[in-house]
Amino acid sequence: MKELKVSAINKGTVIDHIPSGKGLKVLEILNLPKDSTILVAINVKSRKLGKKDIIKVEGKILSEDEVNKIALIAPTATVNIIDKWEVVDKKKVEVPDEIVGIIKCANPNCITNYEEVKPKFKVISKKPLKLKCHYCERTMEEGMVVKNLL
Amino acid sequence: MKFQDVISINDFGKEEIEYVLKTAERLENELNEQKILQYAKGKVLATLFFEPSTRTRLSFESAMHRLGGSVIGFAEASSTSVKKGESLMDTIRTVEKYADVIVIRHPREGAARLAAEVAEVPVINAGDGANQHPTQTLLDLYTIKKEFGRINGLKIALLGDLKYGRTVHSLAKALSYYNVKLYFIAPQGLEMPRHIIEEISDKVEITETSDLESVIPEVDVLYATRIQKERFPDPAEYNKIKGSYRIDLKILNGAKETLKIMHPLPRVDEISYEVDKTPYSAYFQQVWSGVPVRMALLSIVLGVVE
Repeated sequence: MKELKVSAINKGTVIDHIPSGKGLKVLEILNLPKDSTILVAINVKSRKLGKKDIIKVEGKILSEDEVNKIALIAPTATVNIIDKWEVVDKKKVEVPDEIVGIIKCANPNCITNYEEVKPKFKVISKKPLKLKCHYCERTMEEGMVVKNLL
Repeated sequence: MKFQDVISINDFGKEEIEYVLKTAERLENELNEQKILQYAKGKVLATLFFEPSTRTRLSFESAMHRLGGSVIGFAEASSTSVKKGESLMDTIRTVEKYADVIVIRHPREGAARLAAEVAEVPVINAGDGANQHPTQTLLDLYTIKKEFGRINGLKIALLGDLKYGRTVHSLAKALSYYNVKLYFIAPQGLEMPRHIIEEISDKVEITETSDLESVIPEVDVLYATRIQKERFPDPAEYNKIKGSYRIDLKILNGAKETLKIMHPLPRVDEISYEVDKTPYSAYFQQVWSGVPVRMALLSIVLGVVE
């Protein structure tokens, strides 16, 4: 089977190498505008991963924050920025050292769940993922992180 | 050395801890010569206690008065704008206009860190929910140092509810900066959490046990904490445990003469009143330690001592 060509949109973002089965979750957390043109491919054959999911978003360049969000649930993903049918920038997602405003703290008694403040976490381990809340100092592991994405 | 806020013992290295203890000792000596010092003259402390406390609030207030400063504040949130729905951030932005330093106790974890980020004046954490109570840890260390003249070389036992007690978690971490031997004595189910043991076990020797009696003859410091009834699903189990962890003259029979017993207080019945008059008792000395240590912290964050 021929591999899908990732640049087959005019302008926008292609998120490639999403672990198979995580594509819809990535789409959900990106929370894109309802009228966006989005192509989702699931269980596509991949040399690197065996199977992978791909998302193509027409007309939208993902911001740094959005890329970071992807890193939390799909660490193998690559983000391709497309302009005039060509890949103009390619970045590998990486879990940053600090995560601000994209996950809420799982501790129900953390002050960030009561005040107008962006939750902030220090990444204490990238693999397996482990975060520490800057405010309440509680740690969160991968399962909790996914559940608490904003 | 200067630091702006006192929020978490995790922000303190050994150097900062030693600096606080030295400053506290110096201020205590000066205080012995004259009852009121003048370091904080003209400065105002605001104590914001969103949750009740006896010792912590009064010792901060006593510390500020003894530094020659003055104190404003509240002892419970119900008499404030918080009741009208004011956010913590707005309360802080308001209070900092009236004060040069803020001490806060709040029922939510992370409240002190947030307050410190919002405020331009220094903030000291006097307890944020189940998270941190750094000034307690510092006064515990100060008490040990005062009693023995050192911390290094001591055998220190932490006793009671080691699972949920924030005091013992912070103290264990701070003690790991020193060359000490630690004993964790807890009933089954209330042992010291693994993550704390993992964090410090490469720095200090640790013995874990549930048997108080066998440890008593070995240790220099016995730090007791309260075991809360509500931690036990079965009240009979609680009553059994309570008895075996009670410190009285009988259980102290084999103790070293120089043993010191500490407790963050309030006690319920962990330590029998008959122990109070023995040389073992250091828990009321520990209450006093709160004053010089908080004087030191206030002076440091206000930038009024070298």
